[in-house]
Amino acid sequence: MRIEEKFKQLKEKKEGALIAYICAGDPTPQATKEYVTALVRGGADIIELGLPFSDPVADGPTIQAGIQRALDGGMTPDVYFRTISSLKLHIPLVVMTYYNLIFKRGLEKFAKDCAASGISGMIVPDLPPEESDELQQVCKENEIDLIYLVAPTTTEERMNQILKEGAGFIYLVARLGVTGARSDVAGSTRELIKRVKTTTPRAVGFGISNGKQASEIIRAGADGVIVGSAFVDIIAKGEDVPVRLEALARELKDGVKGQQ
Amino acid sequence: MTLKLESKFGKYGGQFVPEVLMPALVELTEYYEKYKDDAVFNDELNHYLRDFAGRPSPLYFAKRLSREYGVKIYLKREDLIHGGAHKLNNTLGQGLLAKYMGKKRIIAETGAGQHGTACAMAGAAFDIKTEVYMGAKDTVRQRMNVYRMELMGTKVIPVKSGSQTLKDAINEAMRDWVANVETTHYMIGSVVGPHPFPTMVRDFQSVIGKEVRTQILEKEGRFPDSIVACTGGGSNAMGIFHPFIEEDVDLFAVEAGGSGMKTTEKEALHSATLCTGEDGILHGMRTKVLQNKYGQILESSSIAAGLDYAGVGPELAYLADIGRLKPCNSMDSEALLAFHDLCRFEGIIPALESSHAVAYVKRAAASGELGDIVVINISGRGDKDLETVMGMRK
Repeated sequence: MRIEEKFKQLKEKKEGALIAYICAGDPTPQATKEYVTALVRGGADIIELGLPFSDPVADGPTIQAGIQRALDGGMTPDVYFRTISSLKLHIPLVVMTYYNLIFKRGLEKFAKDCAASGISGMIVPDLPPEESDELQQVCKENEIDLIYLVAPTTTEERMNQILKEGAGFIYLVARLGVTGARSDVAGSTRELIKRVKTTTPRAVGFGISNGKQASEIIRAGADGVIVGSAFVDIIAKGEDVPVRLEALARELKDGVKGQQ
Repeated sequence: MTLKLESKFGKYGGQFVPEVLMPALVELTEYYEKYKDDAVFNDELNHYLRDFAGRPSPLYFAKRLSREYGVKIYLKREDLIHGGAHKLNNTLGQGLLAKYMGKKRIIAETGAGQHGTACAMAGAAFDIKTEVYMGAKDTVRQRMNVYRMELMGTKVIPVKSGSQTLKDAINEAMRDWVANVETTHYMIGSVVGPHPFPTMVRDFQSVIGKEVRTQILEKEGRFPDSIVACTGGGSNAMGIFHPFIEEDVDLFAVEAGGSGMKTTEKEALHSATLCTGEDGILHGMRTKVLQNKYGQILESSSIAAGLDYAGVGPELAYLADIGRLKPCNSMDSEALLAFHDLCRFEGIIPALESSHAVAYVKRAAASGELGDIVVINISGRGDKDLETVMGMRK
């Protein structure tokens, strides 16, 4: 399913989107299938599945540890695409990875593998628009949305360029810093939501961990929230993981529906 | 031949960083372009280079070593620079720039602790708060350097993730910069990272090669036939090479051959990135990288912490591709022998990093490849390595 279509459906229902991230293969490829199913049962609208890279500079300690568990568990791009192909999801699936893994596989092959395994979007945190012409082209040819990030530090000039090129949704980095769960919603987040003027859906990530925050972010004008570290935390603890993933997804989904 | 001085060196270089950092790189580039040829900035920098760092460093004719190795050898004595390595050239330049930019804090990564020490010196000299990330393993290997940094008021933060070495220290420093980009300058210690760092660090280190040009003309009336420098990230190499790029001088970048040229899915027994690495993206730049077939970065290895890096400066990758420099390598064991040679024959204790360059000259001199006159960059002194060398004798 295309991302655009999903946001359209949600808009008709007047709901915000819950985009749930976990790292594929954390701690095993088999577990990932079970966990994704739990997130979908809990109400996730889009699944963002990390393809682990050895040097994840944009991620904080929580997700970095998840990436390490996945690498130790034998996750590779080949295993990743095999795992995803067997998921049979009815909601959009987005790959989040670093550019070197795409570059090494070959841009064309990577995009084709994505398309063949049902991925409809790509997030590459270390690829700013200045360096992304080639991948943008290949993504278009394969009907995959290349999703761009904007940050509180993004200047107006760059913002306009990014909004022009961004597809699927615009990923708003809620605050300076790397990924990781925090308990409050910063004023800079509200400001950023106001600054990003576009018809492309806007989803806010970095630091969201509960339904109350999710609800506040939707009320501040965003179209969706992206939650990662809070889910990866549950996987790290390793107790009743599917049950707790589903429960947190439900809490967050209630938040973005405005029922919290 | 003209070289591009833009954000790319051929296909290498660029800015592969999270969006949060892009404005900071734009700002840094603007400030660097503004001040790099500014008279006031350069007067102040030259004052620090002369009176604080102790420049110019001598170019010394190594008589006994020349006789031993069978080629006329000059040593560029960066080991005599304040702090014991060439690293201070760069940190004084970037530190002064950070001051002009109004940054309140400097962060850095360090491998052997040489760059961290040089940051601590610049931080103290310019009165800017300084924090240095260092792999936890390296803080043990180089505990005296940790203490030196602390003495000068710098906070050393051990990095316990990944391989606990330089690569992980860079990752962690980049994370810190992402979080504190508005107040903090990230002082990269080599000719690596996103633009403008490879160009800027090269320019600040070029003082080495500029001095060699004058000094060798005084002594020999001509340029050397070859210049040999050890290469990890490549800052001492680019510093001495750059002013000779347009001249008829052969350039040799000596990487760490470690304990052999073998690699597995996860690690390399060496750090010979120019020799064996493949095109990739790491730490904000496109360059040659030690990686496996999927693009995962390998753990590199070397007896010299300062060469132990899975990437290399993008300009070096470019110069290697076009054949302007020759990538080569020395094994741990060869570097150790050369270390002892320089100690015994010249009364100079070189860093294990620089010993790799000496070792290559020892091996290559016989073949005539180096010509008649060779300059070796002795990028640092070996006091920091004494425990390692003592350990190897056991």
